[in-house]
Amino acid sequence: MKPAEFYMRDRTIHPPAYDRGYKTSVARSPQLPLLTIQQTASEITGPTFGHNDFGPLDNDLTMNFQHGDMPVGERMVLHGRVLDENARPVPNTLVEIWQANASGRYRHKKDAYLGALDPNFGGCGRTMTDESGYYFFRTIKPGPYPWLNYVNSWRPRHIHVSVFGTAFCQRLITQLYFEGDPLIPLCPIVQTIPDPDAVQRLIAVLDMNASVPMDCLAYRFDIVLRGRRSTLFENRLEGN
Amino acid sequence: MQNLGYLKESTSQTAGPYVHIGLAPGAAGFKTFDSELGQVIAPEGVAGTRVRIEGLVIDGLGAPVKDVLIEVWQADASGIYPHPEDPRAADCAKGFRGWGRVISDFDTGLFAFDTIKPGPTAGRGRAVQAPHISLWLVSRGINIGLNTRMYFPEDSDLHKADPILNSIEQVVRRQTLIAVQTAPNTYRFDIRLQGEGETVFIDV
Ligand SMILES: [Fe+3]
Repeated sequence: MKPAEFYMRDRTIHPPAYDRGYKTSVARSPQLPLLTIQQTASEITGPTFGHNDFGPLDNDLTMNFQHGDMPVGERMVLHGRVLDENARPVPNTLVEIWQANASGRYRHKKDAYLGALDPNFGGCGRTMTDESGYYFFRTIKPGPYPWLNYVNSWRPRHIHVSVFGTAFCQRLITQLYFEGDPLIPLCPIVQTIPDPDAVQRLIAVLDMNASVPMDCLAYRFDIVLRGRRSTLFENRLEGN
Repeated sequence: MQNLGYLKESTSQTAGPYVHIGLAPGAAGFKTFDSELGQVIAPEGVAGTRVRIEGLVIDGLGAPVKDVLIEVWQADASGIYPHPEDPRAADCAKGFRGWGRVISDFDTGLFAFDTIKPGPTAGRGRAVQAPHISLWLVSRGINIGLNTRMYFPEDSDLHKADPILNSIEQVVRRQTLIAVQTAPNTYRFDIRLQGEGETVFIDV
């Protein structure tokens, strides 16, 4: 691919920095406008990873923290493709996930929820997409959990997803939700998203074809990163 | 009318308070992976001046943010990015990763990382960018990752020609992207999310 800019990020589909319904954002949101720049080498390059960076169980959350038994909860496959806005696959890119266990409890020093920790579940996984942008994980369906935003705020079941792409300006963290979860429309974090269609695109779909008989159900979740122009006109990006 | 057929970017959601589980599980308090990513930006032996960068991310009330995760991205000492689209990538320092993950201390909010000072990098056309480190911040309460840059105070001559610094209309705000030297090869870079002295964040 020739060096060219990535498409302008469409801010109308992303949450604004400040959202009074998500209380923590109030003091953590910049108030001044972002600085508009034309991309340079610093934005269109980014870190690369190799298979040496990973272990064989890194994408299997049912196995990568086992202490003798399977974790409890609904076993599931999470799979999909990483694409760009041109609908082209993003191959060999790093996808990382983290989540609560089936009780809605995170394995984290700072999580004190009374849901049980599972001795066989860590809650993080990572993988690289293949040549067609495809990725998959095996995991446990996370439980919903309460959090103090309003006094009775609950997070829908969700998995946090981090993706790289090929350039530092494509870096993205999001969360995926599950088809049919009644907590989705009630969640103040989901409600930070101004566009209802954008919320729908974060909902993973039950995928019976990919479900493994007598083993686990599957959910499909495609991820879209910023696309880029394929043609470079004036204003060469690179120096001499 | 035809449909252009473009897809929409997936919408950002906050990394939340437990981002460490996924991206820095050692800090969350457990071990799953054989190696954590982003621990070493520039291994020992890579050419360049070794520097340490410390700072706080500060919220709109002046309090340190104690659960932030920062990713950094930079060129090597010759200004080359370890990426195939840098035309000089073949000459990038061997073993140089250029990318790292940095988390704030859960008690104090202080973050610190060790690296080498990058060289000037190619800007657009014939422009030259002063040495800088690109940063991307995520945490609970940050709905979409915040991009900014850190420049080095000793490069004031290069700053005068840096296209990004010069595009900041309010001259006084340019200082928010320039670190302060506190000791030999040690720099302080505080990031203010909101209010007085708000750091310039960039729509990359
Ligand atoms: Fe969560």
